[in-house]
Amino acid sequence: MEIELRGITKRFGEVVANSDVNLTIRAGEVLGLLGENGAGKSTLMNVLSGLYRPDGGEILIDGKPVQFRGPGDAIRAGIGMVHQHFMLVPVFTVAENVVLGVEPTGPVDFLDLKKARAQVREINETYGLEVDPDEYIENLPVGVQQRVEIIKVLFRSANAIIFDEPTAVLTPQEVTEFFAIVKSLRSAGKAIVFITHKLHEILEVADRISVLREGRIVGEGVPGKTTDLELAEMMVGRPVSFKVDKTPFSPGPVLLDVQHLTVLRENDAVAVNDLTLNVRAGEIVGIAGVQGNGQSELVEALAGVRRVAGGSVMFQGKDITGASARDRHRLGMAHIPEDRQRTGIIAAFTVAENMVLDTYYDSRFSRGLAMDWQAVNQNSAAAAAAFDVRTPSIFEKAGHLSGGNQQKLVVARELNRDTKLLIASQPTRGLDVGSIEYIHKRIVDAREEGDGILIVSSELDEIMSLCDRILVMFKGRIVAEFGAAGRPANKNDIGLAMAGVAA
Amino acid sequence: MAIETVQANRKLDTQAGRQSRIAAVLLVGLSALTAMVFAQVGDGDAVFRLSRASDAIVLPDLAVPAMEFNYIAAGVLAFLGVRLWIRGGSGRISLSLGFGLLLAVAAFLVWATVGKAFSLTGMLQATVVRAVPIALGALAGVLSERVAVTNIAIEGMLLAGAFTGALAGSLLGGWGGIAAAVLVGGLFGLLLAALVVTYRVDQIIAGVVINLFVLGVTSYVSSQVFQEYRFLNNAPVFRVISIPLLSDIPVIGPVLFQQNIFVYGALIMVAVATYYLFYTRSGLRARAVGEHPRAADTLGIDVYRIRYINVTIAGMVAGFGGAWLTLGLVGRFDENMTGGRGFIALAAMIFGRWHPVGALMAALIFGFADSLQQKLALLQTPIPAEFLAMAPYLATIVVVAGLIGVARAPAADGKPYIKE
Repeated sequence: MEIELRGITKRFGEVVANSDVNLTIRAGEVLGLLGENGAGKSTLMNVLSGLYRPDGGEILIDGKPVQFRGPGDAIRAGIGMVHQHFMLVPVFTVAENVVLGVEPTGPVDFLDLKKARAQVREINETYGLEVDPDEYIENLPVGVQQRVEIIKVLFRSANAIIFDEPTAVLTPQEVTEFFAIVKSLRSAGKAIVFITHKLHEILEVADRISVLREGRIVGEGVPGKTTDLELAEMMVGRPVSFKVDKTPFSPGPVLLDVQHLTVLRENDAVAVNDLTLNVRAGEIVGIAGVQGNGQSELVEALAGVRRVAGGSVMFQGKDITGASARDRHRLGMAHIPEDRQRTGIIAAFTVAENMVLDTYYDSRFSRGLAMDWQAVNQNSAAAAAAFDVRTPSIFEKAGHLSGGNQQKLVVARELNRDTKLLIASQPTRGLDVGSIEYIHKRIVDAREEGDGILIVSSELDEIMSLCDRILVMFKGRIVAEFGAAGRPANKNDIGLAMAGVAA
Repeated sequence: MAIETVQANRKLDTQAGRQSRIAAVLLVGLSALTAMVFAQVGDGDAVFRLSRASDAIVLPDLAVPAMEFNYIAAGVLAFLGVRLWIRGGSGRISLSLGFGLLLAVAAFLVWATVGKAFSLTGMLQATVVRAVPIALGALAGVLSERVAVTNIAIEGMLLAGAFTGALAGSLLGGWGGIAAAVLVGGLFGLLLAALVVTYRVDQIIAGVVINLFVLGVTSYVSSQVFQEYRFLNNAPVFRVISIPLLSDIPVIGPVLFQQNIFVYGALIMVAVATYYLFYTRSGLRARAVGEHPRAADTLGIDVYRIRYINVTIAGMVAGFGGAWLTLGLVGRFDENMTGGRGFIALAAMIFGRWHPVGALMAALIFGFADSLQQKLALLQTPIPAEFLAMAPYLATIVVVAGLIGVARAPAADGKPYIKE
């Protein structure tokens, strides 16, 4: 099977997401599609999987032009896609998810789940995937959910499989397992497209590499011949450096002291389990771990937006276990939440309004019941300039900014005052390289000023380049410590700890 | 292992713990109410009649010594409350609370009946009858919310069904009336689907619009046209059909097997809907559309079509439920005769956790409260009838306020799906 994309163009209103893209995908080969967030990789693949209709160009399968009116057509043509955000129904079982859309049935439309289970087991055996067909998706770790997605695609007898950012949510060990699966699929003669912005992964698994920038193919490469720096330059459009500069580590007194903290989820499941940690002035402490191991709940509890079920939190010697978010803010704690769209900004508010979400009540910005908009606007304009928030004006709706500028807006709001402790959750998730560099620099600046910083990130590279100390969180506990007093940071060891392998 | 021990000894502030403390306070309160009010009746029996003299098998009356029964009930309630308080989250909250409420209602009945006789079977029979429109409305809600369309319009669909049932029933007879009510209900379902799926009107607003439209049109016609031409509002009422043998079973017979076509219809529809939603291919697809429409879309399932079909069927079910009011009960249409049953049905749907059988059970509880209030008016208790009429709604608030645990709605409920 050979799929050819010829001159594909896709527009959303005035935004051109793909412009005259040519690409060939062959059986038994892994094509790496490299590009930054927003480069148009996902759009291109959504065109190929029938979710979007192209505005120009054509798709040819084995030399014959095809038209996809919907995802059903693409599936029937043998093209399957594993989406970045899994397309699984959490309250359905594995078998139900796999057969959805092509269900085996008996009389009176009866859903033959017995047959579905058997079919899932058959695929399991053929490709060496181990998944229990009766388990509910919401109970499965992300790595296994991804395998369910792969089974779904194979169940529809796909010959071409597109993986959209497949490793974003996996531990290093799961990534290794995933690559093994990809290789076995390749040797089974499947054509594979691997979309990512991670250079080392693409160099490891791809046979050919195409680089996409601003909707166009800007270059091609072959692993072994093309270097990561060359690829990075193609991807970003300028030379990049992977290093973060910072002064030697010299921590001050303990700022944040967390003792035996226990935090529960809404259903009373234990999210943070008897956790003890501290953050000193002038150090960056990183929490590594696979998503869903209690990091979000830990940060929410520290920020004062989630109830603490047990244990204590001290800040500069003061007990703040039950303190409100505003009290903590006043004490000099800053919080960059993990989901900027949902909790970082109010999309329908202007940049100026978003800038004072935490300080609007201050006498600088309001008198009695009335807001002093002039003061708000002046302050926002200054902060936007100081933190490189690129916006047409401070009256623009925050929701209209790019992800990078939204995040810089959050950083500006949180750090544009005298802070003592910064808690940042996934501070650069989904951002372009330029914004990542900028935010990292701001975090390091805060450290130089003597702030304590706690970073939670699922990007191990980010943690390793930024942090002075690295704690690994697994099932609500700190299971390992690296750097400073602990062992030297080593990607493989951290990966093992993230997977819960006792160190 | 030192850490583990510390863990075990520390008391955690859990959600379940807070819930059980609230429930415990409620139970102890009920216990106090039972002991101090319901048990203060002096000597005397409360007589509950289980059979009519005409029944095939006649059971003797049940005579309950009022004061003794209520003191025991108060004791049990207090025990349950204290136990829940001590055990915290590990006690079975819903079970204790459910049993406790049942006991409190029993104590109340005993207090109200003391020195008199009360037909228990009659009240249960009325319970089932009164549960019918609520159960059918709730079923309509389940069908549309399972595909993620919030259905506030149940009230309007019930009212439209009642009106059409009366009008078409007067002209075409009972069966014609039912057919027309189902058809008109389906049309309103289709309208709701068109508004919210195709035109993406806010689902709450679309529902309210339908409710107000139906209320306006039916009230106008009934006050202007039906007043003049009374033969248009004079429909036949479906008679009770006794199922042979089964209807002779004491208590259960009259309650379940001496009913009219609407009761049997509702029970059959609940069964069919359960099979449809949970055992068929179409049901799996419908639920997928309600939980994760984009996932369904990527698998080639037509999200819009499934929403249209399910919401239309929901309208038909509600239309049938509405016809019960006219063709199953009184034979004529009155202005706003649904009286908020559609909204109670919504509560029943949530209480029943978006499951047809759960919705039926919840509807029975509301039907019980409704019929209790009716029968108590006959017993002449010192409690004003208006207060008793509030009982079903109070029950709704207590129940839906989450004491029974958090129910989980379909994940995409109420959200329009925008195809890219």
